[in-house]
Amino acid sequence: MTEYSDFVRQYLTVVIFAGVGIGLGAGLLAIGKIFRPTRPQEQKYLVYESGVDPVGTGWSQSQIRYYIYALLFVMFDVEAVFMFPWATQLETYGVFGLVEMLIFVAILALGLVYAWRKKVLRWA
Amino acid sequence: MIASLFAQVDPSMLRGGDVTSGALDTGIVHVAGPSIDWLALLPLLILLVGGLLTLTFSSFLKTRAPKSLFTWTTVAIAVAAAISVVPMWARVQGWGSVLWWNLDQAHTGPFSTAGGAVGIDGFSLFITVVLCAGVVLAALLADGFLRRESMEGPEFYVLVLLSAVGGVIMAMSNDLIVLFIGLETLSIAVYVLAGMNLRRVQSQESGMKYFILGAFSSAFLLYGIAMLYGATGSTNFVDIRDFMSAVVPIHNGLLLIGLVLVLVGLAFKISAVPFHAWSPDVYDGAPTPSTAWMASGVKAAAVAGLVRVFMLTFSNYSSTWKPIVYVLAILSMVVGAALAIVQSNVKRMLAYSSISHAGFILMAIQANSANGVTAAAFYVAVYTFMVAGSFGVATIVGRKGDGNHQLSDYKGLVRSNPWLAGSFIVMLLAQAGVPFTAGFFAKFLAITAAADAHAVPLAIIAMVSAVISAFLYLRIIVAMFMSGGDDGTEDVVDRSNRLRVPFAAGLAIGICVVVTIGYGIFPDLLLHPARNATPAAVQYERPTDSLNLGAAGSSTGSTTAGR
Repeated sequence: MTEYSDFVRQYLTVVIFAGVGIGLGAGLLAIGKIFRPTRPQEQKYLVYESGVDPVGTGWSQSQIRYYIYALLFVMFDVEAVFMFPWATQLETYGVFGLVEMLIFVAILALGLVYAWRKKVLRWA
Repeated sequence: MIASLFAQVDPSMLRGGDVTSGALDTGIVHVAGPSIDWLALLPLLILLVGGLLTLTFSSFLKTRAPKSLFTWTTVAIAVAAAISVVPMWARVQGWGSVLWWNLDQAHTGPFSTAGGAVGIDGFSLFITVVLCAGVVLAALLADGFLRRESMEGPEFYVLVLLSAVGGVIMAMSNDLIVLFIGLETLSIAVYVLAGMNLRRVQSQESGMKYFILGAFSSAFLLYGIAMLYGATGSTNFVDIRDFMSAVVPIHNGLLLIGLVLVLVGLAFKISAVPFHAWSPDVYDGAPTPSTAWMASGVKAAAVAGLVRVFMLTFSNYSSTWKPIVYVLAILSMVVGAALAIVQSNVKRMLAYSSISHAGFILMAIQANSANGVTAAAFYVAVYTFMVAGSFGVATIVGRKGDGNHQLSDYKGLVRSNPWLAGSFIVMLLAQAGVPFTAGFFAKFLAITAAADAHAVPLAIIAMVSAVISAFLYLRIIVAMFMSGGDDGTEDVVDRSNRLRVPFAAGLAIGICVVVTIGYGIFPDLLLHPARNATPAAVQYERPTDSLNLGAAGSSTGSTTAGR
């Protein structure tokens, strides 16, 4: 391993530093563990939910129709972000720029077509 | 110090469209678009347009699509993309003709197109074909699976195609930003694939986990790219390589941080330890055909990214990154193999064994030599078939609901489905590295590459971990031979418990078995292309070079990794 550069050897500092850091944290926790009283009660191990006993599971269904609209909005919002600087420089880019932007918009439009055909745009 | 580094960057290295100053009175500066070799991008375009058309076409269907329509269109698209690689491969390798078709090519050898963003070389084309094979296998496995789980529709296929597009972009990338775009295209589609099964909570959980952790890893990668840009003055691989050969900055913290962050981002995708924690949960929770694609396609693309960044771009800075990859390889091989043994869920076992395989690939990358590239390419290609076949069997044994993946669910499979069990045994033995299977040569090449690069301890650890993981594969095989009647407490499994194997899935598993054994007996068939799959850094050259700013721009100045 002669080819390992000096640079890597300097990592020794990092290793020592990390070791001291982990050791310090572990040591303090261990001291706490040794000296603190432990009186386990079932209530103490419940999931904390603002003081109320937790009800049901962590998984629940929620209404996502706003979310879908927001997603479609973000998509075309970001498209606009790309289009404004492009529009100011359209003369510079010429036909190449025009074609590029048309392809870009067409691909995004395909997504909208898909959403429309899947009846995402209908408020149901 | 950093300022002095910047001072050494030739202004011509900073790319951008070649600006021809405005001769017109209007003062408008016309920027010519980069010339694009469309033929070179054909595999990419076929996959992309195929995916988008499938999605659009399906949304306009009034009635239900004919059975298996999207499976076979996806297979056709992937095969077409793989075939479209052939002319490019011929050009890169300098062949005179392909079969009867006489190529009359002015230029041969690796080249770069689209303004230097895309590099077409043996390695990128090799990985492209591997990805296409992965798409075919995933689509075939998905056919029966989606029908069984009532998830029919084009979405699965479209997402696999689009993620393959991302993978091909990564494999062809000649620029860090392009690499990142490819990674994101790949990843976002795969996040959705992981969470596709709406009836399984685990599937959605795995999609969420993969998304959050994947987003973090992408952020690491992007931050690393920013650092590398700061350190070298370019995001282009060729420019970075030229810069690195001009100045070797030993004490450049910016460069080191950038490299490490990029390594974190890519190591996450190949699930190398210590960035592996997501993979058992995600592999287990995701729909099994998605898992097959994740383990084959995503891993292949991420390996391509690693090879392009580390073995190609930073090959002469290897004394710094090699030790890091060395440690990652050891950890991945040992931890993957050891943790796989204590699992009782076959999908999780395969996930941990996949981590172990990632370690072998990292070992090949660590070699930083031509042999290392060959070994990595060979390993990825073989592993694609081995793992897709294994998860293919898991798809069928999962039964309705995709939830029966415990070892006990494989009990008596040898009696109920002898062919299926036989295929699984072949695939598992191949993963263990038994001779006369392709897996043996994959491991052999990787270990040889490491040994040739004077990493003998690494090679020894690899062999030990191969032995450890052999135990895990044997555990699954033994479980399949248990008939359940041995202790008289359970019903004996026999032909009446036979699982129905859908035709397409059977075909996919058959292909995997044939390929695994075929390449095991005739490894030269794959070894020859793998040896020619060399990544190359070629400066982009404008075809009509009226104003060639890139002074080094000449294909004769090309440099090939490790040679």
